[in-house]
Amino acid sequence: MLKVTPLNAVHRASGARMVDFGGFDMPVNYGSQIDEHHAVRRDAGMFDVSHMRVVDLHGEGTDSPRALLRFALANNVDKLTVPGKALYSCMLRDDGGVLDDLIVYFLREDFFRLVVNAGTAVKDVAWLNALAAQRAPGLSITPREDLAMIAVQGPMAREKVWRAIAGTEESTRALKPFSAATVQGPWGELFIARTGYTGEDGFEIVVAASRAADLWHALRAAGVAPCGLGARDTLRLEAGMNLYGQDMDETVSPLESGLAWTVDLASERDFSGKRALAGERVSRKLTGLLLVDAGGVLRAHQVVHTAHGDGEITSGTFSPTMKQSIALARLPAGVALGDIVHVQVRDRQLAARVVKPPFVRNGTVVAT
Amino acid sequence: MNLPTDLKYTESHEWIRTEPDGTVTIGITDHAQAALGDLVYVELPKSGRAVAAGEACAIVESVKAASDVYAPLAGTIVAGNDALSGAPEAVNENAYDAWLFKLKPSDAGDLDRFMDAVAYSRLVAEA
Repeated sequence: MLKVTPLNAVHRASGARMVDFGGFDMPVNYGSQIDEHHAVRRDAGMFDVSHMRVVDLHGEGTDSPRALLRFALANNVDKLTVPGKALYSCMLRDDGGVLDDLIVYFLREDFFRLVVNAGTAVKDVAWLNALAAQRAPGLSITPREDLAMIAVQGPMAREKVWRAIAGTEESTRALKPFSAATVQGPWGELFIARTGYTGEDGFEIVVAASRAADLWHALRAAGVAPCGLGARDTLRLEAGMNLYGQDMDETVSPLESGLAWTVDLASERDFSGKRALAGERVSRKLTGLLLVDAGGVLRAHQVVHTAHGDGEITSGTFSPTMKQSIALARLPAGVALGDIVHVQVRDRQLAARVVKPPFVRNGTVVAT
Repeated sequence: MNLPTDLKYTESHEWIRTEPDGTVTIGITDHAQAALGDLVYVELPKSGRAVAAGEACAIVESVKAASDVYAPLAGTIVAGNDALSGAPEAVNENAYDAWLFKLKPSDAGDLDRFMDAVAYSRLVAEA
């Protein structure tokens, strides 16, 4: 039985094509997936991301969220010094495998908020509870199933949000990227973060589940285009962002997943997975591919032949912005940027160039 | 659902039109293009290729996925719609105008075993 978000009826009434994603019945597209992609790159689009789970952490003193997250997260929460500031991090097993990737928001010393992936939320909460039982037994860990989340993305996204929701402009105009504010609006308390998963500017808005449809309709009336998971995938891949379960999972190291920049091996701090990663011999790396030859579309699991051995595509698609196929691939570490490699597409080997992600940022092609 | 009544349909979602000269024209149905989503790549068979009934002989790829297109009848390919190579989205715009390939069947009068529009609409409704 698939789970549904508070916006499920809205999607179905809009004629969306629905798929199972992370155990949720989610819209993959409403009309043309490519049109939805362009709406985000050129104007403003919105995504129901209520399948992702908000998890609130409350506690004080030795049971404070910061104390637990210092050990639970691979990135360093002590980078968060200003209330409202956010950090991207992996949560690692003892052996260094990636349990999940998430965003953590520092709101107060006694209140941190996590946003985790849909398919991993139950596992994440169990893992955090187990860590807390040993290290911070007084910490409360609350999955917020009473909340929904809508991502509004694109060069016009912020202005359209301000037009749609009275009173939000004053409180969010000064928000820097990767920061959030809590705002009282016509639909109760809104948590508005200047974050996203598309490579464009915009907000992710957390709203009470009971008011999510009202917010969706108001955004739509302000000219924000509904977009499905199909466009979300082409946008995040153009932006060079990993998808959990595809580009990394429990069986791979973040150091071989393009995530070394998020793993704080330099500080003295101990964290789950640190010992395993500190001794790891990194033999593969996650990199970008641009298809040079015609003859198909790059897809996950295609084999990549290189001068240093074989690798594999982890995510591939057709880039609507570049009108060319692009991919993320885990390749032998000896492969260099600019190298030509050959991807097995059906019965042919197609040439592709190794590039550094992202492919597209703020509407502009940056990888060539 | 857009289902012209003068066409025949296969279980693998191709449409078939019999031409006055005895050849057949093959494309994918409106249902198939909608399920695939925006097409971005089409690979067509070369003229002169002999194909068996049920043989995969064209590929349509959307942003989401790749899918084979099958020859409904044994015969010889007489044309591929090369205009689609530069404009695969034409299949999304009108699946019945944007044919994929034409085939000269080895046996004439073999089309009765395929579905008409009513039977195909029932198949799609059950899926």
